[in-house]
Amino acid sequence: MSVALRVIPCLDVNAGRVVKGVNFENLRDAGDPVERARRYDAEGADEITFLDVSASTQGRATTLEIVGRTADEVFVPLTVGGGVRSVADVDALLRAGADKVGVNTAAIARPELISEIAHRYGSQVLVLSVDARRTRGDVATASGYEVTTHGGRQGTGIDALDWVRRAAEAGVGEILLNSIDADGTTSGFDLEMLTAVRAEVHVPLIASGGAGTPEHFVEAARAGADALLAASVFHYGTLTIGQVKDHLRAAGFAVR
Amino acid sequence: MTGVAPDVVVLDYGSGNVRSAVRALERVGARVNLTADPDAVAAADGLVVPGVGAFAAVMEGLRDVGAPRMIERRLAGGRPVLGICVGLQVMFTTGVEHGVRTEGLDQWPGTVERLEAPVVPHMGWSTVEPPEGSVLFDGIEDERFYFVHSYGVRTAPDYVRVTWAEHGLRFVAAVENGALSATQFHPEKSGDAGSELLRNWLGTLR
Repeated sequence: MSVALRVIPCLDVNAGRVVKGVNFENLRDAGDPVERARRYDAEGADEITFLDVSASTQGRATTLEIVGRTADEVFVPLTVGGGVRSVADVDALLRAGADKVGVNTAAIARPELISEIAHRYGSQVLVLSVDARRTRGDVATASGYEVTTHGGRQGTGIDALDWVRRAAEAGVGEILLNSIDADGTTSGFDLEMLTAVRAEVHVPLIASGGAGTPEHFVEAARAGADALLAASVFHYGTLTIGQVKDHLRAAGFAVR
Repeated sequence: MTGVAPDVVVLDYGSGNVRSAVRALERVGARVNLTADPDAVAAADGLVVPGVGAFAAVMEGLRDVGAPRMIERRLAGGRPVLGICVGLQVMFTTGVEHGVRTEGLDQWPGTVERLEAPVVPHMGWSTVEPPEGSVLFDGIEDERFYFVHSYGVRTAPDYVRVTWAEHGLRFVAAVENGALSATQFHPEKSGDAGSELLRNWLGTLR
């Protein structure tokens, strides 16, 4: 009877194309987003996530159009994040056909944004996207994990556990935890960080960053993730969603 | 269904993403109009009442367009209405969110309360337990459907057909009661199983 573990492919979208790099650098072209979303839906994706990495206004307008075309054809939940700065941005994405919206940097700069969005549209539309890593250099946080911005290139000195707890209290409905240390490495999810965040919040937790093998997904599920997100292993055909789900099922987890 | 596509109105009162509901209904053969025009709502073969966000905000939005009366009139004539997500919740008597009680449409006795589970919101694909004779779930009894909600209804009267689901505790996943049906999950986001449910509902129109 329990809710199924979700497997979520993530599409980094730049000016209308899917891209993927290692540690957010060296972006490579990985195809048409609508075509990809359709294929992942057919393979059994439980949700689709678009992360808009466009730097320009024009690129963002293109993303809205892609969200709309995807929502017209794909009947599983669609989450869109990247560059969301205001209630108006959320409104535009929901109207275009997104079901959930991810916020990241703008909420760090102005945490009231979380309660503004949650109050207006409800917590269930709001995903807090957190790019976190182990502290380095002179930076120290109580948990040893730090929130970053700019795709992991800039530290903020903010304690990642403190941040997710405050965001959950302010009304985010879900947390997408992306490990900057593990992102793009395909050497496994950051299980330590996942376990630490799981103990901190009671909203659904999506693990992201580092997936390489089906066993990695099982490990993250055991660490307490409600959903498992990956990009490159699906884009480059290393794994199919079906393979990941078969492995989860064999390990005793409920999947759709 | 006899040849002609059924006319469905998706009630437009500023509720989140309704594009998917429109497209999902079109995909299974409905002619869909997104509007809050009272005449169009009255004339449609079926009315869909979507709803996301807070109970109080949804009720306010419904009242602003005069929806309570439109829904009453349809039901008085036995004309089908389908509530989705908070569109199910508002069919009950009362909603309680953050300690604030809000009156619902009171079509069914019951109170909408916060879910009690280790992880809330309940977000994702869950199985359901439809009753014998369910029309909505005909042929899709064993499928999973997509839920996203922090509140739910835990009791329902004996005289309605209730489909149950569980997240921490048992809650109402769907109700079928004559012309009025509702689902706590999102059929328009539940892939092929959701499409089949909408097709089953369209089959009850006219």
